[in-house]
Amino acid sequence: MAAMNMVGAINLALREEMERDPAVVCLGEDVGVDGGVFRVTEGLFERFGKERVVDTPLAESSIVGAAIGMAMNGLRPVAEIQFMGFIYPAYQQLVSHAARMRNRTRGRIGLPMVVRTPYGAGVKALEHHSESTEAVFCHIPGLKVVAPATPLEAKGLLASSIRDPDPVIFLEPTRSYRMLKEEVPEGEYLVPLGQARKVREGKDLTIVGWGAMVPVMEKAAAQLAEEGVSAEVLDMRTLAPMDFASIVSSVKRTGRCVVVHEAPKTCGLGAEISARVMEGALLSLQSPVERVTAPDITVPLPKGEHYYYITPERVTRAAKRAMSF
Amino acid sequence: MLMDDYDPLKGRMLSILDKDGKVVEKGLEPKIDDALLVQAYKTMVLTRLADEKAVRLQRQGRLGAYPPTKGQEASQIGPALALEKGDWMVWAFREMGALLLRGVPLWRLYLYWMGNEEGSVLEGDVNVTPSAVPVGSQVPHASGIAYAIKYRKEPKVALCYFGDGATSEGDFHEGLNLAGTMKLPAVFVCQNNQWAISVPRNMQTASPTLAQKACAYGFKGILVDGNDLLALYAAAKEAIGRARRGEGPTLIESFTYRMGDHTTSDDATRYRSEEEIAYWTARDPLARLRAYLGHKGLWDETNQKAWTEEAGRMVEEEVKKAEGHAPPTLDDVFVHTYATMPASLKEQLELHRSDLPARKEG
Repeated sequence: MAAMNMVGAINLALREEMERDPAVVCLGEDVGVDGGVFRVTEGLFERFGKERVVDTPLAESSIVGAAIGMAMNGLRPVAEIQFMGFIYPAYQQLVSHAARMRNRTRGRIGLPMVVRTPYGAGVKALEHHSESTEAVFCHIPGLKVVAPATPLEAKGLLASSIRDPDPVIFLEPTRSYRMLKEEVPEGEYLVPLGQARKVREGKDLTIVGWGAMVPVMEKAAAQLAEEGVSAEVLDMRTLAPMDFASIVSSVKRTGRCVVVHEAPKTCGLGAEISARVMEGALLSLQSPVERVTAPDITVPLPKGEHYYYITPERVTRAAKRAMSF
Repeated sequence: MLMDDYDPLKGRMLSILDKDGKVVEKGLEPKIDDALLVQAYKTMVLTRLADEKAVRLQRQGRLGAYPPTKGQEASQIGPALALEKGDWMVWAFREMGALLLRGVPLWRLYLYWMGNEEGSVLEGDVNVTPSAVPVGSQVPHASGIAYAIKYRKEPKVALCYFGDGATSEGDFHEGLNLAGTMKLPAVFVCQNNQWAISVPRNMQTASPTLAQKACAYGFKGILVDGNDLLALYAAAKEAIGRARRGEGPTLIESFTYRMGDHTTSDDATRYRSEEEIAYWTARDPLARLRAYLGHKGLWDETNQKAWTEEAGRMVEEEVKKAEGHAPPTLDDVFVHTYATMPASLKEQLELHRSDLPARKEG
């Protein structure tokens, strides 16, 4: 085992899946010779050659569209979109084809493909480099959406995503790429899709989130513990289909729920989670579900980013509001 | 006229100055007012200094990720020099030279790259769009602006810059196709700087030139030496004139080179050779125009020294102005979401204000 950051863990997962299955190919802008702008695909071009690690022309729609065609004809493509803010030209391919090919063909054609893309704010980036628009994908039936929180999780979730028979959008939290190192095993390590992870046990309230918000939630939980509040932290890790059962079961025990996401509030996943909690745990609730989200504004450029990004203190205050309701 | 018998499928590159600043196409040398020519060169020098300063500021943590423009000064300033007052300029994100020529204040550009939206409040004697970072996405905007020019019977044109990478995007094809079918007053300038981050031009398209793509849209296209200000000016002047007379759009491929990294986050040494850099360094667009001005007796060593010093001072003052600009307030990041802030957003703003007590604004 070696300690590695999330970039290293994703790279390892890609390498091992490509070794395991010759049908796995990577494609995207700068993924080959350059090793990706975040170096996630570093070394793969040298190891597997230009037919399996494909530097494509600069065109997101054709990257995803071609991945669909590859998946229709026996390959398992892993496409990279350089930043989530550049994925929208490919939205038509994802919504109009990737999501519904299985249904359209009455199950005869599935699309085992992954679209990897860095997402999220907090890195003082240029416009369009801080997007967190997972909700616009989670809303589409037929797409799976995954967002890992740690290096180990990233490895196991990506391997599962590549082996999954359906299209998976794999959201890599830019802010977490190099934030934390942890031991990541070589060889088979799978994290099943569709199952939440309990990061911390607690009895007073349940904090729910994913991706780059997980360390923020953990910090908040630690702060709350010092003040005698016991918070349970759930990392949803698969956003579609989401493991609502784990949330409901936790809230039934704790009676309170705080949802954290860095996307804007309106029609964010917090709204769906809140509704599910209401449907499944109404009589256990001791306070309304709190949502800690970005406001409904465009992500500010770096000088204003601190107004936007979620801090542990905001989560802590929301938890206290729930506790004192 | 340059383009009457020009066939982009033959791949000939229009070149008026050689790399030493000598006129090689006597009959094509454009008549440019001496003062305008000197202004173009001075803007190229200013751009070079301002660009190098931006890279240094980024390294010092005083400016965010920045896309260097070095090497593309003629490619940007040549076409813009042929515009008239009131013409539109549509750009991507690496066009500092063209913006400075059209009177956009440098401090605004610095402010933008420092991460303040106020940097996109553009001024100048031209209609300028804000930056369009998603590659190629601005091309259809130029067609729409040109449509409105035609609709409103304005004597204007829309000049649109984009790079070689953009020609792979659907928006490029769709924008040019629209302009062609409607014979819009647009000029499309593809700054082929040979690299889209790490992907070389020959992997972007199998077409021998980008200029020839114009044939498919049914309008004129021309390949131009992108480090030759005279050639770019001549081609753009003619294209702009044709557009203004209602003769339709033109695609100009400006064959140039990105001397720096894609952005300050990139490391171009990973994917390109020193020989290539040396080849292009010998074709520096500034040196070429400076030599030409020297041959014409418009510029000498004394001018060079004086302007370099003055431009250097200007750059420092503009940096100071940008750095002295007030940071955004919480209200600033909310109020421009809609023309009128909806009640629900106002409520969010007030809740958010009360939820951010720990940090002082800015």
